[in-house]
Formats: sequence, structure tokens, C-alpha cells
Amino acid sequence: MNDMRIAERTVSTNTAKITARGVQVYYGENHALKDVDIDILSGTVTAFIGPSGCGKSTFLRCLNRMNDTVASARVLGEIKLDGEDIYDKRVDPVTLRARVGMVFQKPNPFPKSIYDNVAYGPKIHGLTRNKTELDEVVETSLRKAALWNEVKDRLTAPGTGLSGGQQQRLCIARAIATSPEVLLMDEPCSALDPIATAQVEELIDELRSQFSVVIVTHSMQQAARVSQRTAFFHLGNLVEYGETGQIFTNPRDPRTESYITGRIG
Amino acid sequence: MTDASQHAAAPKSLLVADSRTRSRKAAEMRFRLYGMMAVGVGLLALVFLLTSVLGNGLGAFRQTFVQIPITLDEKVLDKSGTRDPAVMKKVTTIGYGKLVQKAIEDELAAKGIDTQGLKSKEIMGLLSKEAPADLRDRVLADPGLIGQTIAFDAYATSRVDGYFKGRVTLETAERDSNISPEQLKVAQAMADAGMIETRLNLAFLTASDASELRPEAAGLGVAILGSAYMMLIVLVLSLPIGVATSIYLEELAPKNKWTDMIEVNIANLAAVPSIVYGILALALFINFMGLPQSAPVVGGLVLTLMTLPTIIIATRAALKAVPPSIRDAALGVGASKMQSIFHHVLPLAMPGILTGTILGLARALGESAPLLLIGMVAFVKDFPAAPPEGLMQPATALPVQVYQWTQRADPAFVERASGAIIVLLLFLLTMNAVAIVLRRRFERRW
Repeated sequence: MNDMRIAERTVSTNTAKITARGVQVYYGENHALKDVDIDILSGTVTAFIGPSGCGKSTFLRCLNRMNDTVASARVLGEIKLDGEDIYDKRVDPVTLRARVGMVFQKPNPFPKSIYDNVAYGPKIHGLTRNKTELDEVVETSLRKAALWNEVKDRLTAPGTGLSGGQQQRLCIARAIATSPEVLLMDEPCSALDPIATAQVEELIDELRSQFSVVIVTHSMQQAARVSQRTAFFHLGNLVEYGETGQIFTNPRDPRTESYITGRIG
Repeated sequence: MTDASQHAAAPKSLLVADSRTRSRKAAEMRFRLYGMMAVGVGLLALVFLLTSVLGNGLGAFRQTFVQIPITLDEKVLDKSGTRDPAVMKKVTTIGYGKLVQKAIEDELAAKGIDTQGLKSKEIMGLLSKEAPADLRDRVLADPGLIGQTIAFDAYATSRVDGYFKGRVTLETAERDSNISPEQLKVAQAMADAGMIETRLNLAFLTASDASELRPEAAGLGVAILGSAYMMLIVLVLSLPIGVATSIYLEELAPKNKWTDMIEVNIANLAAVPSIVYGILALALFINFMGLPQSAPVVGGLVLTLMTLPTIIIATRAALKAVPPSIRDAALGVGASKMQSIFHHVLPLAMPGILTGTILGLARALGESAPLLLIGMVAFVKDFPAAPPEGLMQPATALPVQVYQWTQRADPAFVERASGAIIVLLLFLLTMNAVAIVLRRRFERRW
């Protein structure tokens, strides 16, 4: 929570989990994302910042091929997960999404019980052999999402009955139940109050040890608080990408500086 | 700008409405009044419909019976004494008619009722022409009755029935060639002596149709069964086809000019007059495919065609109403398109789909025009068998039965037709109630 921490962060020497080269995205005629090159590191929280419509959410949705559901979207270029091209014809987006989980802007639990919400992913991917294993996965996922203590006595209650912050943590639990390697978060705190936001941010920091987390955020304070690396998008271009401390204290590009100081955006 | 400054210069009191506010308020009041008037007109029409239907039709559920003890004489009914059904069937309703006639005359004499000089034929005229046939059916079903004296409840003829329900009076009988005031006086004396009784008649719901001359024996059995068979076919065919079509168009199909055109055409089909479907069914199912006329299977198929657009439109609306965030959530954890539809979207759309389906079925149940064209307007006396064979056998349908009965001369059929309308309305009311209950039951918030 302390903005002063950013300067103290150590440089990570983690390996690249996702490498993107020359990524272009078109929505019909609209060229939404232009020539993005980025390496997303493992065990790191990477924040995407930038003004509305700059393409940061679009790029995030390319990483687990959620853009496939938009009929007019076309993705060109190369995105590799552990060296494998995720846009290869042989890749089934379903298996990709089990490895690259996603948490959305608005908490969207299924209108089912808390247990079923978390158990759904493992069930459809056949990750568990019996009920005991499934129970275990549900418990660990809820624990990792820091929700277990609050809901352990009412796992059969509907997930939609939880508070907004709890719902979002339930969605995080649901996303990590399939043991993904990368967790994508699209403005996960924008619908939450400050206390719930703090809880989710704390959680993100803990998740870093097991997943690479990519978070899109509108709040520069949030990016500074939770991320080790930050990418600044503007008008469909990736303007600057680097260590969070460096981006916020010593940006190289004048556009980044203008955005951070509040002159554009 | 000058305007604004004038307003600012002369602030008005909040307590006094200016002319503009007053006229806006008056317009609002007028609009409210129009609305209330419209609702009032609608309610009046409903009240009028219900009173006229109930007033005319409730009588159909009650029936006047003449109670006579009949001695089933073996010499008349089974001369050989073998109780062989084939032999017994040789005794026609004429033979039974004589028995009935003797029994009623004996009973009148025993009760000391003045027959006002009526001839035997006129006394028999108090009873329905169905009475001897009823008796015959009863004896053939249970030959053990022969030789005994049984209590027989014969239908009174429609005019006598009408007399006890207030439809026929001594004055109208004067002008009526089917009944005379003397006959009615005898009937009244019989009622006083306890021989005639008007009571609940469930046979109206279970019996089959009867001929022009015996409205008292006509029932809705075949029509209810025929309608039920058709609804079964409509449900079994239109729900899966309609839901599959909607899912494909809404969730899977690419959005291009072809799907646009299909969409427009489905919307248009929903507005096609139902009789057009009848012509289609006549040409396609009967003339081309050679399915039997008057059969519930053809009726069911044509009603399916008619109901499909309604179901598709309702289902697509229900699918559209499911928030996209639920689809995203399912896809986000790695569900396939089909899994996201069947595990999440469809259950959430279910109340809307069921409501649309039931309303479509209700519309199909009340439809008569296309059935007229495929021959379901025939006079059907025999009950169709149980499905599946029964689906190919002739039957009628409730709305067609109403139409048929209103065409007949005897005023007793007006009562029957109104009674059938009551039954039809009850079915529709039940279906709508089920739709509401289902919607409430499955409704979920997200």
C-alpha cells in the first residue's frame, strides 16, 4: 500500500513466460493494436496501463484468445506461451484457457453454489479423479484466494449472494482452480470498494509466487503498488515497457511521462 | 438570452403554477384518463365474454335424466339363452327401444301419473334417442344383467332438458314441432314424482360426439383426446427443434446476410395467418406424403410449424437476455462453446424458453383454422387408440368441436358449444398458470 516501496524493488531475473512479436489486432477496419513486442516474465506481476481505448484490454484478451469470440476481431503476429505459438491452427483455445486463466472487470460468478463455481473448471477439464480430490482443489483454491475462512461454512450458498469483493475473490479462486500458469486480470478492482480492492491487491502479490500475473488497470497507484513490471499503451502502441519503478520515476518516453503526470489520458 | 434574464429578473412563486406547467399537467391527466378508459373497455369486454360463456355454457355440465326401472327380459334380448355375444348383437336398438317403452309406461302407471292422452311414441319422445343404444351397450358389456330389473338413467331429450334448465317453456313448446306442451306437463309430473332429475353430467367430458338429433348425448371426449395428442406432438417436435434453431442462430451462426435473411423470415412466419399453414399441411402432409386425413399426427405437425416461429423468437430473446459476462466467465475457465451454452446460458434462459413454449402451445391449442383444412372437422364417434397408433386415427380438436356444434340446428348445441369453450378456456388458463409458476420457480438473479 505504500507508494514509496516501488523504488526498493529488486530487478527480477525471471525467464520469459509469454513472448509477443509484432502483434496487430484489427476490429473490422479499425487497427486497434499496432505492432506490439513484449516479453511477460514468469513469477512477476505485469501491469498494463494507459488511457481508455489504448488497446491494453485488447492485448490482454489476445493472450488467452478471448478475442476469438469477437467475430470481427483479427489477430496477426506471434504470441508464444513457453515457446509454443498460441495462434497455431492446432491449438484448441479451450486447453489454452485452462493454462491462461482470466479474471474479469465485473465479478461474474456463475449463479450456482460457491463450491460449484470453483469446481467447474477442474470438472470440465477432468483434473480430478474423485470427489475427495475435487474437494481438496476447491479448498486450496479458495484458500489461495483468501476466501476460505469466510465461506467454508456455506459452500452450498449461491456465489451471487456474496459481497462484491468476495465475488471477485471467488472469481479468482475459480480461475486458479484449473492451476493455470498465467493469470490475466482485466481491471479486477474497478467495481470494488477500497477495502475489497486492498484485499484483492494483497492477494495478487501472494499469487505472484505461483503464477505470472498480468493486470490491466486504470489506476496508476494500483499498478505501482502491485506490479514489478509495467507496460504503457497509448493509441494502440506499446509505448514503454520496463520495471515499474523505472516507469514511474524515470520514464524514457515523453508520452509516458505526460500520462503519469496526468497531462494525457 | 433576454428571455433567461427576464426570468431571472422576475422570480415566480413556487406556490403558483404557471400556464406551461398547468398545461403539461393537464396533458398528463388526460393521458392517464385515456389509459384508464382503455383498460376499462378491455375489462368490460372480458366480463361480457365470461358472463355470456358461463351463462350459456355451465348448463352443459348438468343433464336431465329420466330414471326408470327396466326388467331386462331374456325372451327379448337373448332368445337362445346362450349369452353368446354374436347372437346378442342381433338384437338392435329397436328391440331395446320396445323394452324401454314398456318400462316407462309401466312406471308412469305405477306412479299414477296422468299421461294427458299422449301416445306411446310421444312418451318415448321424452327420452333421448340415445337411450335404447345406451341400454344395449350396457347389456352387451355385462350379459349377466339379463333377467334382472335394473335402475336405468336415460338421457331426457334436449327439449325436456331445456325445460328443466329454463331454456324451453310451455309457450315455446306450442310453436315447436319437436315437443308439445302436454309432453312437458307429463315431464313436470314425472319430475314431481321423482322420476326426472337434473344433475352433474361428467359424460360431457368423456363421451364422444353425437349426431344432430341427440345433443344431450354429445360429449367432448374425442376432442379433448385429439387436442391432447396434438399438443403432445407439438411439444415433442417444436421444443427441441425451436431451441436448437435458436441456439444455433443466436450463439453459433456467423452474422451475415444469410442469417439476417433467415431471421427476418422467421419473424415473418410468426405473422402468417394460420389458415395458410392449413393449406401447406394439406398439400404437403396429406397430398404429398399421404398421411391420413383428420389424424392428430397431421394436426400436430401443422400446429408445430405454426408454433415454431413463436418458440424460436421467445427462445432467442431469452438467450439474448443472459448477460455476456456469464459466457465470458465460462469461456475464461476453459469451457468450450457448447459447454458454456449447455452448462450456463441455457439453464439461465430456461424460464424464458418455457414461458414462450407454453404460450406457443396455448395458441396452438386454441387454433381451429388450419385443422379445418386437414379434415379434422369431421364427425368422429370412435375414440382414437392410445399412441402411437392413435395418432393416425381420426379425431377432432376442442376449438373445431366448438365450431362444429355452433353449426348445428338444435339450440341445445349452443349450450354444448359454450360448455366446450369453458373447457378450452380452463385448459388455456391452466397452461398460462403453469407458465407463470415455471417462470417464478426458475427465475434467478445474477
